Amino acid sequence: MDPTLAQLRTAVIEAHRARTALRLAGAGTKDFYGESREGAPLDLTGYQGVTEYEPAELVVTARCGTRLSTIEALLESKGQFLAFEPPSLGGDPTLGGTIAAGLSGPRRARAGAARDFVLGAVLLGVDGEVLRFGGKVMKNVAGFDVSRLLCGSLGILGPILEVSLKVMPLPREELTVRFELGEAEALAAFNRWAGRPLPISASAWWNGIAWLRLSGAAAAVRAARTQLGGEVLTAEAARDWWRQLRSQQHALFGDAPHLWRLSLPSTAAPLTLPGAKLIEWGGALRWYASAAAPEEVRRHAAAAGGTALHWRGGVPGGRFQPLAPAVLEIHRRLKARFDPHGIFNPNRLVVGL
Amino acid sequence: MERVSATVAAADPVRRARRLEVARALAAVLPDDGLLAREEELRPYECDGLAAHRQQPLLVALPRTEAQVCAVVRTCRDLAVPLVARGAGTGLSGGAMPHGEGVLLSLARFDRILDIDPLARTARVQPGVRNLAVSEAAAAFGLYYAPDPSSQIACTIGGNVAENSGGVHCLKYGLTVHNVLGVRACTIEGELIELGGAALDSPGLDLLAVTLGSEGLLLIVTEVLLKLVPRPERAQVVMASFDEVGKAGDGVAALIAAGIIPAGLEMMDRQATAAVEPFVRAGYDLTAEAILLAESDGTPEEVDEEVAAIESVLRAAGATALAVSRSEAERLRFWSGRKNAFPAAGRLSPDYYCMDGTIPRRALGEVLRAIARMEEKYGLKCMNVFHAGDGNLHPLILFDANQEGQWERADQFGTEILELCVTLGGTVTGEHGVGVEKLNPMCLQFSDAERAAFFAVKEAFDPYGLLNPGKAIPTLPRCAEYGRQRVHRGALPHPELPRF
Repeated sequence: MDPTLAQLRTAVIEAHRARTALRLAGAGTKDFYGESREGAPLDLTGYQGVTEYEPAELVVTARCGTRLSTIEALLESKGQFLAFEPPSLGGDPTLGGTIAAGLSGPRRARAGAARDFVLGAVLLGVDGEVLRFGGKVMKNVAGFDVSRLLCGSLGILGPILEVSLKVMPLPREELTVRFELGEAEALAAFNRWAGRPLPISASAWWNGIAWLRLSGAAAAVRAARTQLGGEVLTAEAARDWWRQLRSQQHALFGDAPHLWRLSLPSTAAPLTLPGAKLIEWGGALRWYASAAAPEEVRRHAAAAGGTALHWRGGVPGGRFQPLAPAVLEIHRRLKARFDPHGIFNPNRLVVGL
Repeated sequence: MERVSATVAAADPVRRARRLEVARALAAVLPDDGLLAREEELRPYECDGLAAHRQQPLLVALPRTEAQVCAVVRTCRDLAVPLVARGAGTGLSGGAMPHGEGVLLSLARFDRILDIDPLARTARVQPGVRNLAVSEAAAAFGLYYAPDPSSQIACTIGGNVAENSGGVHCLKYGLTVHNVLGVRACTIEGELIELGGAALDSPGLDLLAVTLGSEGLLLIVTEVLLKLVPRPERAQVVMASFDEVGKAGDGVAALIAAGIIPAGLEMMDRQATAAVEPFVRAGYDLTAEAILLAESDGTPEEVDEEVAAIESVLRAAGATALAVSRSEAERLRFWSGRKNAFPAAGRLSPDYYCMDGTIPRRALGEVLRAIARMEEKYGLKCMNVFHAGDGNLHPLILFDANQEGQWERADQFGTEILELCVTLGGTVTGEHGVGVEKLNPMCLQFSDAERAAFFAVKEAFDPYGLLNPGKAIPTLPRCAEYGRQRVHRGALPHPELPRF
């Protein structure tokens, strides 16, 4: 057995026996994310390396400590990429942290979320067992889809040791156009355009301007550009814009004390919340730098058919939208069966688990 | 209660008493026409698309409303009665086969499309709605529902959710899991919950993902929110012939290496084309050892560009002949053979056994050569159709159940194929599900600890073990027994692999 894995197993078995909490640690770029950080750190960055990559299979498999930048550079060298555009928030995250957080970037509305690209995952169980779920093939319905359940679990079911992801070919052509549009007009346009066969791979709205990124075959991008009109950005300006959004370096993410991330139906009308706002994912993701009371923000989100996450400035235990009681009960039982003594990332995803 | 006792009959007095007890309790929560208890009424529900496995249920419940579903679930929980949900019964792995002591819960009456929102590109449907009916209803808005299993005329969305169904367009458009935004479902406690929804992110664990493909073991789904996508302006299919199956496999790899993701990418071997051609007259090249069908869709400009690229890549990969569909009618004709492969197998042979393993694409040639050797070994013919883009194989083993020993040989043939898929890093089921059919092969793919984790998931949703019990995940004793039998037979084909 790999010596790093052997050490991780020993640490987990020991913590389970002694009933002491472990805080699963990657690169630490998302330490702020979650309800609470508790326990002795279990450093997973040492378990690293791409274990399998064959471009013609459209699958990459890597260990949890592998840096996202390593994987992305490797894929790019073969003309491929991670189509969910995982965000890098102030550093170089690990693959394990990326999947445990389950966050997706600007391409989400078009290409799918992180979990949509997870084909398989290896979990380290409390007894030190190495458990393999899913696989390295596109289609697999053998057993429950535990690998996708792990995506976004914030480590509460155990350390994700290895992940297999579906990768996609890089688009042949990419072009960004922008329009002057009010918020309501932009939302209506985003939804209308998404219902037409146009190669829109990302959209955003900020301060009276809407951005659209077109990706695909050169002919399709050209035709869409003619149909849609708008002002074409230079390749460099376009790259900078989407990179800023993806890595949250846009001005909105700057220094506002309270930042809210609202997940809403894309067709939800503009909210009347005070504060600066930025829209992504064709209207389905809305950021608010708002000092409104948390209950007011949640009320607005719920009325629009969605949920609100207190991204920055929230209090521990109050960042995520609370779960319905029957759903929480299933969470409790899952946690109790995968991690009976509650050693993995206690209270990180849900307070009390 | 008179109505109930008059219709309940069973030869075995214990069974009769139990049937009466459960029927009385269910009659109180169901409409007059919502409960079937007579032998002749139960018979149509004895099996699903896997007709070799049959079982009469204790009763069949046919609720009309969510409240009735929840009441049926609560009643079954209180009386400790197993509950098996069923859609159209087209499944190929016995997932909807009844439990002998249980209630079969048919969701056939949940057949309404509740809402289509063209701006949001969603369809809210009941689980008994047929897959194709969604696309038909969305067509007026230039939208459709992408997953298209071969049975899409008949199969229902609820069944698709249970099986995480695929189809011929998965590589580009995804499986059911990629196209379902949310579900409403009844827990074993009889409570309605919502997972996912029109907003793309939900707090907590992704319980929606684990519900999709859970074969009715976790929840009873009562409503589904589907993603609709714009119908492409144009679709064209390239048909390529190869004089060797391995070369066709190389052609698939070459397409993907060239950065092309066709909307559909299918392969048929010579036995398959020979079987379907007289039946559908698709115009297949019968001299080819394998043909590939590669579909391009999108804007007219995009399709022109991609079709040209597909042709040039496949020519370079050694295609001996190429044809491009020139009209919608011709495109459908090219596809007709592939879509009719199963009925054609049925015409060719009294019985056929369809396998569903998935492999890494690179292993295709190796697997097809191995299958050819197995045909010799078991003295049975096999035709191969293959979702080449996804690596999902459908070998159709032809046999005659009335001939002594043929079914046993077909069964062993199939098991050997699945073992090979697992050895090569693939899976025993790509899209048909485990059901009852692939319980034993599941022992090959997963360790005891992994199967224990699956049971942990099951218990978290259904602590009483009443939802479709005995399906999908083999128990530890079953796998131990299966292992003993196999070692005893001395037939373990890859003894070097650690398995049990």
